[in-house]
Parts: sequence; C-alpha cells; structure tokens
Amino acid sequence: MTPRSAAAPFSPARVGALVTRYVYLMRSSWPRLAELVYWPAVQMLTWGFLQTYIRAQAGASGVGSAMAIAGGTLIGSLLLWDTLFRCQLGFSVSFMEEMWSRNIANLLISPLRPTEFVAALMTMSLIRTAVGLVPVTLLAFWFFGFNLWGLGFALVGFFLNLVLTSWAIGLTVSGLVLRNGLGAEGLAWSVLFFVMPFACVYYPVGALPPWLQTIAWCLPPTYVFEGLRAAVVGHQLRADLMLEGLAINLGLIALGAAAFLALVDSARKAGALLSMGE
Amino acid sequence: MPAPPAIEARRLVKRFGATTAVDAISFAVEAGTVVGLLGGNGAGKTTTIGMIMGLTLPSAGEVRALGVDMARDRYRALGRMNFESPYVDMPHRLTVRQNLRVFGRLYGVAGLETRIEALAADLALAPFLDRPAGSLSAGQKTRVALAKAFINDPELLLLDEPTASLDPDTADWVRGRLEAFRRDRGATILLASHNMAEVERLCDRVLMLKQGRIVDDGSPAELIARYGRSNLEEVFLDVARGPAGEGAP
Repeated sequence: MTPRSAAAPFSPARVGALVTRYVYLMRSSWPRLAELVYWPAVQMLTWGFLQTYIRAQAGASGVGSAMAIAGGTLIGSLLLWDTLFRCQLGFSVSFMEEMWSRNIANLLISPLRPTEFVAALMTMSLIRTAVGLVPVTLLAFWFFGFNLWGLGFALVGFFLNLVLTSWAIGLTVSGLVLRNGLGAEGLAWSVLFFVMPFACVYYPVGALPPWLQTIAWCLPPTYVFEGLRAAVVGHQLRADLMLEGLAINLGLIALGAAAFLALVDSARKAGALLSMGE
Repeated sequence: MPAPPAIEARRLVKRFGATTAVDAISFAVEAGTVVGLLGGNGAGKTTTIGMIMGLTLPSAGEVRALGVDMARDRYRALGRMNFESPYVDMPHRLTVRQNLRVFGRLYGVAGLETRIEALAADLALAPFLDRPAGSLSAGQKTRVALAKAFINDPELLLLDEPTASLDPDTADWVRGRLEAFRRDRGATILLASHNMAEVERLCDRVLMLKQGRIVDDGSPAELIARYGRSNLEEVFLDVARGPAGEGAP
C-alpha cells in the first residue's frame, strides 16, 4: 500500500485530518462547547451593565464626555479582547489536548509536518473563537444595542490584527509546552494578562506614563483598541493604525514561528518527545 | 545486489548532559526480519527507538530507516513506518473508529473505511469500534494501538514493550497478531521488550543492550548456546549482572 499524500511537503488533507480530530473532540462533550460561550457571555453581561450605568451617570451628572467615551467603548473593547484571548486559547488548548491525551508522539511520528500541525491549530483557533464569540456579539446587540458587526471594514482590520497576535503568542506558548512539558501549560491562560495593562484595552494610550506609552506602541493590540475608540467615538476608520499593527504582527508571527521550530528542535535534542504527558 | 537494510545505525550516540544513554552503537536490521532490543531499565532501548523514528536527535553518528537519514529527512520515511507503545495513548474521548479515521487520513490511506473494517475484523475491534478509546480495558487499548500501528500497512514497525501490563492470554494473542502481520506483510519489526518469552518467540535476532552499548548480538538460540543457559531470561540475567551476579540491582 502506498500512502497517497505521505510524501507531499504540505498536505491540506493532513491538516483536515487533524482539524477533524479536534471537531470530534468538541462534539463529544456539550460542556466543552458550552464553556466556549459561557465565559465570554458572563463577561459581556457584567461589563455591559457597567457601561450602561456609567453612561447613565455621565449623562445625569453632566460629568462630561470622558466618562461617556470610556463607558461607550467598554463592550466593544471587551469583545475584541476576548477575540484575542479566545483565539490564543483556541490555538494553545488544541495543542495541549495532544499533551493531555499523551498523543503527541503518535502525531510526531506520523507524516504530519510541523507546518500542517500549526495550520490545524490556527484553523481550530478560528473555529473555537467563532463558536464562543459569535453568539456573544448577538447577545451584546440584544441586551445593550451594541452592534460589533456594524463596525464594518474596521472590524476586518481589528480581527486580522488580533488573530495574528494570538497565533504568534500561541506558537510560542505551544513550543514552550512541547519543550518543557505540561509544567508550562499555565502560560496559555496567563501570558496575555501580562500584556493587557500595556495594550490599553479599556483606556487610551494617553492614560499611561510616557515611558510606558513607548512599550504600548510596540504591542499590536494597542493599535486595535485605539482604532476601536476612534471608530466608536470619533466614527473614524484609522487605516494607519491597522497597517502599523499589521507590520508589527508580521514580525511577531515570524518570531513565533521561529521560536516554535527552535523549541521543537530543542525538544528533539533533549529527547523529550517520547515522554510527553507523563 | 542485496536489499538495503531496513534500519542502519552507525556509531550512534545520545548524550543527555553528562549521561551517555546510547554509546556509539552500530547495527543493521535486514528487511523482513524481527529484531529484539533487549536490556534492563536505562539500557538505551527507548532512546534508540526514538532516534530511529527521528523523534530524538542523535548527539553523534547516523541512523537510517528505509534508506532515509532520520535526523535530517525523516518525512520521506515516516509514511512507511509506524510505532506502538503502551506509554503513548490515543485521544480518549474519540471513539476507536474516529481515532482510526484521523490516523488513516494522516497517513493518506486509500480506501480508509474498508481498511478500518478489515483491521476491526483482524484485531477483533468490532464490539467496541464506536466506543470512546478511554473507556477500554488495557487489552482492548493495546489492540486499538496495534490497529493504529497497522493502519498504513507499514514496511517498518517499531514496538516499545507492546505487551507490557497485559495478562498472559491477551499478551499471547497480541504476539500471534504480530507474527501474522510479519508473515503476511513481510514487514521488518524492531521490538524493545523486557519479556524474554516474547523475544524468544518473535525475534530472529536479539541485540543485547547494557548501559547504552550493544554487548551481544545473535539469534535467541545462539545466545542461549553461547552463554550455556537454558533460556533467554538466564542469558539476560548473565548480561545484566555478569555471570557471577556482581551487577545485581
């Protein structure tokens, strides 16, 4: 028997096979599916009611536009932050499923290439994010009249930038887990929260001290959240911000891919791949 | 011209820090034979298998499987080989059929559903083909792992203690399936095992490993005769401890 695609340098069929594996897993457990929606929904409702309260207070007390602006972007910021977080988690958790089930060696001795493995993880990050966040954006519209989809073309720029950032982080986290074992898995949940204060999710970059602003502008999500505030408050499409964020993201993705491949190589040198998950 | 060896190791070395797990071993495995890697814990069996699969990079030397340099170009060979070990699992929440579908597609197996049905019949998987892999007994899991290892009809099969933790009846059944696979496919099998009866029954040749080195090499009958013992277990103890038992654990 000659395998049809075993020698192909990149096989969409192998990517599809691995995506099928993750879809089987999602379908096998309704609590897993529900959990994808649960946390984003709870967060959105909490922040949504806070936004409603702040706007009402700002209007009643005449405190001025700053409060109204801050309050007006809370739901949008939350939904975009969750896009970044869920997309990164979708990538990293799909990878860690292989570690938890002690299946990683089976995959690594199959004809599946690292590029195909990564492509499947990217696909799953999009699927898991869509499953979790699309219903929540509809809830946001229903409860609070916030229409994320109404951002139109700007949303494409925001989404593209956030997805690329999440993949760059997911690649690095997955490589670290592969090299160091499941002791490093906590990074998948925590690493983005380190970035959060500097990415100016809920406040403008100007709120940071000047030296931190320099750091903030090195992070692609900062460009997205500034762009969101420009779109929601100023009704402006800041293409310049999206392009600058994209340029940094391309560098980050290249670094993430290089880190992943280097960590796979390091794990092969350390002989760590046959004992994974133990 | 003789057929190239299915596996060829040349002065293969693997060091982990100051520890030398595999110490300049050289051997060749003829195509179509069953060869046992025999040695105590820490003798270097699993590390050697890891290097043959390209999963572990050698510190020095070279290993070729099916004519391919596995450190540099392993994807040219991986579709033609497979691996089974009780220490590597398959996704627990997927059913047996789903697992076999996923691996069949990864290996590009043509006529996959027919292949799965044939394996289910051959390995008696039919009663639990649609049950989650995690809900199976140790014996059933071993049969599923063998089905995964057979799915691409490999020319080269690497087995790491394939009957560990199985009851004698199930272990005997598994050995029978491996014999049948070798006979029907003409495959090369490299088997790492602690089970001497298994090695005596299955292997044409045995490589005795101790502290990362090959200390003896021959058929089970040759080794038994060479050491003047009545079975391979006694030979193993001689090699592990020395004839006077000075190396007892």
